Amino acid sequence: MSLKIVVLAKQVPDTRNVGKDAMNADGTINRAALPAIFNPEDLNALEQALRLKETHPGSVVTILTMGPGRAAEIIREGLYRGADNGYLLTDRAFAGADTLATSYALAMAIRKIGDYDIIIGGRQAIDGDTAQVGPQVAEKLGLPQITYVEEIEEVADKHIRVKRHIDGGVETVEGPLPIVLTVNGSAAPCRPRNAKLVQKYKRALGGQEKAALTKDGGVLPYAALYESRPYLNIVEWSVSDVNGDTKQCGLSGSPTKVKKIENIVFQAKESKTLTGSDADVENLIVELLANHTIG
Amino acid sequence: MNNVFVYCEIEGVHVADVSLELLTKGRKLANQLNCQLEAIVAGTGLADVEKQILPYGVDCVHVFDAPGLFPYTSLPHTSILVNLFKEEKPQICLMGATVIGRDLGPRVSSALTSGLTADCTQLEIGDYEDKKNGIVYKNLLYQIRPAFGGNIVATIVNPEHRPQMATVREGVMKKEIIDEAYQGTVVRHDVAKYVPETDYVVKVIDRHVEKAKHNLKGASIVIAGGYGMGSKEGFDMLFELAKELHAEVGASRAAVDAGFCDHDRQIGQTGVTVHPKLYIACGISGQIQHIAGMQDAGIIISINNDPNAPINTIADYVIDGNVEVVVPKLIKYYKKNSK
Repeated sequence: MSLKIVVLAKQVPDTRNVGKDAMNADGTINRAALPAIFNPEDLNALEQALRLKETHPGSVVTILTMGPGRAAEIIREGLYRGADNGYLLTDRAFAGADTLATSYALAMAIRKIGDYDIIIGGRQAIDGDTAQVGPQVAEKLGLPQITYVEEIEEVADKHIRVKRHIDGGVETVEGPLPIVLTVNGSAAPCRPRNAKLVQKYKRALGGQEKAALTKDGGVLPYAALYESRPYLNIVEWSVSDVNGDTKQCGLSGSPTKVKKIENIVFQAKESKTLTGSDADVENLIVELLANHTIG
Repeated sequence: MNNVFVYCEIEGVHVADVSLELLTKGRKLANQLNCQLEAIVAGTGLADVEKQILPYGVDCVHVFDAPGLFPYTSLPHTSILVNLFKEEKPQICLMGATVIGRDLGPRVSSALTSGLTADCTQLEIGDYEDKKNGIVYKNLLYQIRPAFGGNIVATIVNPEHRPQMATVREGVMKKEIIDEAYQGTVVRHDVAKYVPETDYVVKVIDRHVEKAKHNLKGASIVIAGGYGMGSKEGFDMLFELAKELHAEVGASRAAVDAGFCDHDRQIGQTGVTVHPKLYIACGISGQIQHIAGMQDAGIIISINNDPNAPINTIADYVIDGNVEVVVPKLIKYYKKNSK
């Protein structure tokens, strides 16, 4: 049985490697100082999809992402690893979306894709850590969901069996297809890029990327390739392309509002600074023993 | 109507600690808002479950007891909350930021188009002015959480949509019994009225739950290592120090991400919250997301070779040195002086 798999992936700022210049003086984020990466757990999800493609010949893996024009990079990265195609949801109307408005847009795009058995994404993205988009997409599509997936064990007869992590343990769970899954970071890591696929797709570009290359009268490099090899054109979808209602997208479709953002200043304590010398360390230990902090 | 609701998570027939902590917080919010506190509990074989819940000052417990509701699966529990909320119109709904709460919360919020904020570290009541539309909203729930990898703290509000939903990690709020004999009503609902048969499509066919391997949450001394420990082997000396001091070992997210330490020992907003009397931070820089999980520690010692590490500002003692030099000395001089 061949499967139609949609992988939800997000381009995120690398919040794990935040330097001192990551915050502006006014407390806002200096996005330019943070490299944009493939959300780590979405790579774990992609790996599960690619494994299913191997065990179910004829399966198709589609990457779906939402973001600015440069998020086409996520689709290229997916193609380099074995995905078959991808769509970039990009529109100013999507900007400022909270998780609910994001899941609305993704669900509309998935309806447009139309034919799917498994929708799979990372458990959460590292810029928000909310873990909300997967279940919300499932609800909007009226599909069952299994979150915190560690491994897909079997897909057969329109059924799926997975192993998932729960608090303090593991569960084996069965459900019907189609279904939405979210995958943990502790699941199998994603395979590296495939050199042949990098050769094949390295000139794949989205519409906004092409526009950026040709603005001010520039000529698109290798322009003829995009006609002879249609797979090099990364498809961009706007709100109207997915029949979306702008009121449910972006900021206007977001029930949560940010009241305040603070760059935290810690209440500094009066602290004693010690060296690592033997005398200093021994005095500290003696003091902690004397006041019964340690026994 | 318009009360504060807490979803009580069940393991077997026991209400989870995180739910009892949220009932305690919910009681305070309800007092401030001058409304009632209600609890929802769904599972199988829940006779007398209200005895675990009412002492936390709960005015009404909604019990959903039927085969198939334990172990938890997403769809039946979602239908219970969504359909009950359509009748009861709560203003606030709290749940644990557990695997269950983080599976259930977003699904319910999507069905009701109500906002949800994950992993809150503080909940307060306050007003919000929408300057653009000139509207002032009174008594909203401030949902406060570190964001962006812990580099900022955001206050989120849901002005227009109800319920205002938030998840909170275990250990962030304190549980406290109000009155063992607190009088509240118990409503045993007909589950079939709330949950269609078609919701029981996902089946748990095997389940193993183990007691936690450590007691980080309740430890009185915590030795925590960060990325500065350098390796998994680096953590070995922390375990050695912990053994001497009868302490538990924790880790920062950076150390866990680097594979130096198991995920279940992560301290911070997205890990365990600890309240020890002594916290020794070894090679931890101290991002907000980490500090959110340990700032209530009694005495904080920071061992770091970077004098500008943010954690030093909240430390009582800063040892300016390399962890691999200082930690063995702590072990040595503890052994020498404790006898």
